[in-house]
Amino acid sequence: MVDVAFQQNRVQGVRRAGKRITLRNALKRKSTAAFLMTLPLILLIAILVIYPAFYAIHLATLNKAMTKFVGFGNFQFLFKRDTFWMVVEQSCIFAITAVIFKALIGFIVAHFAHNIPSRKQRKWRGMLLVPWVIPPAMSTLAWLWLFDPSYSAFNYTLGAFGIGPISWLGEAGWARFSVILVNVWFGAPFFMIMYLAALKSVPDQLYEAAAIDGANWWQRIWYVTLPMMRNIIAITTLFSLIVTFANFDITRILTAGGPLDRTHLFATWAFKIGIEGSDIPLGASVSLFMAPILAVAAFFILRDVSKRGNEA
Amino acid sequence: MAEVNLRKVVKRYDDVEAVRGIDLDIADHEFIVLVGPSGCGKSTTLRMIAGLEDITDGDISIGGDVVNDVPPKDRDIAMVFQNYALYPHMTVAENMSFGLRLKHYPKAEIKSRVTEAARLLDITDLIDRKPKQLSGGQRQRVAMGRAIVRNPKVFLFDEPLSNLDAKLRVQMRIEIKKVHQKVRTTTVYVTHDQVEAMTLADRVVVMNKGRIEQIGAPNELYHNPATRFVAGFIGSPAMNFLPCRLEEAGDKLNVRLTDRLAFPVPPLRAARYKNIPRNEPLVMGIRPEHITEARPHAEPGVEPFDAVLDVTEPMGMETLVYFTLEGAQLCGRVNPNAAARVGAAMRLAVDLNNVHLLNETSGVVLGRP
Repeated sequence: MVDVAFQQNRVQGVRRAGKRITLRNALKRKSTAAFLMTLPLILLIAILVIYPAFYAIHLATLNKAMTKFVGFGNFQFLFKRDTFWMVVEQSCIFAITAVIFKALIGFIVAHFAHNIPSRKQRKWRGMLLVPWVIPPAMSTLAWLWLFDPSYSAFNYTLGAFGIGPISWLGEAGWARFSVILVNVWFGAPFFMIMYLAALKSVPDQLYEAAAIDGANWWQRIWYVTLPMMRNIIAITTLFSLIVTFANFDITRILTAGGPLDRTHLFATWAFKIGIEGSDIPLGASVSLFMAPILAVAAFFILRDVSKRGNEA
Repeated sequence: MAEVNLRKVVKRYDDVEAVRGIDLDIADHEFIVLVGPSGCGKSTTLRMIAGLEDITDGDISIGGDVVNDVPPKDRDIAMVFQNYALYPHMTVAENMSFGLRLKHYPKAEIKSRVTEAARLLDITDLIDRKPKQLSGGQRQRVAMGRAIVRNPKVFLFDEPLSNLDAKLRVQMRIEIKKVHQKVRTTTVYVTHDQVEAMTLADRVVVMNKGRIEQIGAPNELYHNPATRFVAGFIGSPAMNFLPCRLEEAGDKLNVRLTDRLAFPVPPLRAARYKNIPRNEPLVMGIRPEHITEARPHAEPGVEPFDAVLDVTEPMGMETLVYFTLEGAQLCGRVNPNAAARVGAAMRLAVDLNNVHLLNETSGVVLGRP
């Protein structure tokens, strides 16, 4: 009797020990540990990103008073409005033009910075990054003064040459130009620093080999630099496209979407409708339109990156 | 194909003189190896020939034309780099044909030249691969192929085998020699490995501190070095050096190492040394293979002595024995069966027919033929 009870105890003990070992093994596994360590961040993202995203989708399906479910009603309403299509067009023009110029200027400036001797280069790199480091809301205020039609430095300088005065923020064309200009000024340093890093990672001997192979300056950029930087260019472009497309502060401060909604982007228009116009469901529907457009761009750009990933 | 001439070539970086006035004439079809320790200016010299570095002073001419201010692309040269410098985004064929495509060669000719070079280097199967899919040896072949298809006047090699493992290095060394025997292009090859220099070169240029120490055929450098640097750099294990002085003993000449130890100089050598002042401090240089185990019937000029072994290194076909003689650490190469144990005395013999006497301060080898 005693023997049996003792044996049962032993069996239970062994079983318990077995369980403990598997739990310890699970904890020892790298993937488990990695998951546990990233869990706080995953939760944070879930709370701060995923919840608002779904809440926005939920909001977009309500009526203005947020009392009734209207399904796709808000979207159908938007499709019928000319302003909506103008905002789509403006957002695309704004984002694409700004990103192209940011990339171009960043690339050129990165080349100059790359050729500066390393001790002076740090100083220049620091100075060139300044526009990107200043909070845009603040620097845009300075630009706002520069664009002032009556008393600004721009019009004063142009006046000395007999040009102007130009109504920088008052005419649709100039207003779009100004908004893009400030965005390029703000964003080009980011491209510069990314391209500079990419340039530094291209081995000098590739350029030397190309020089001996008979490549001139332009051919070296075309056949060596650009192919070696393709992935960085693609990722930087995608990243900047997303940020520029969703830009709010610069347009909001410079033009607030005017004149006559001609500089509105998705974000500023959504703000105008949703917050200023007190139609939060419609504002949410406008802002949701950014997601599918950017998803398509991301798909195409990242597809090429993964295709080329195994080359270098 | 062409000869290459360097006239008083100088390279100065700010306050550092990397190359200090080099004169070098490289004949058509010749395989020249620049060898020396790191920082001796050999790579700088090569890069100046390539046009990748400006010349501070002097003239470089290729095929009779001074090319000081000619950019690399117009010098009609091809270069193989240490890290291969293949374009990672191009296939092997594209890498090899890049130079020809830039010069707008007809497609058919490009194809035939690439095919021919690939066949020569045995990389025909790899032609559509990217560099990342190749091993180190294969990449080096592609880099050589890229040089060959251009059919340039001069090949320049900048330590091309340094990134390969020892076995592959030997194999590629033979490949390079084979290729040169076939295409016969004038070649300048830079290495810090004296074995590579000896095995590949028609003539070896030994450089040290920005100057040329000696130019000569591999065997000449080995058996007849001009300076202590060359004597010590060429050959492995290195030549032994120990202080000595010459003294007259009747009508004979002795090389005295210490009060107790002196060897008679064989007549042939003694004739060379007749103008060297006696009883002045000198340095004696002797290669390890000229210190062997003492044999019963010694040839004239081979003198026995006793030494206690500090370290032995069995190499299979021979055993290296290290011993201290009057304060100097020396190395000898003996028959594995004859080698004594460490700590034991061994009777060795030095072959004075192959002795070198050097000036103590300048390091110049005295009485060279």
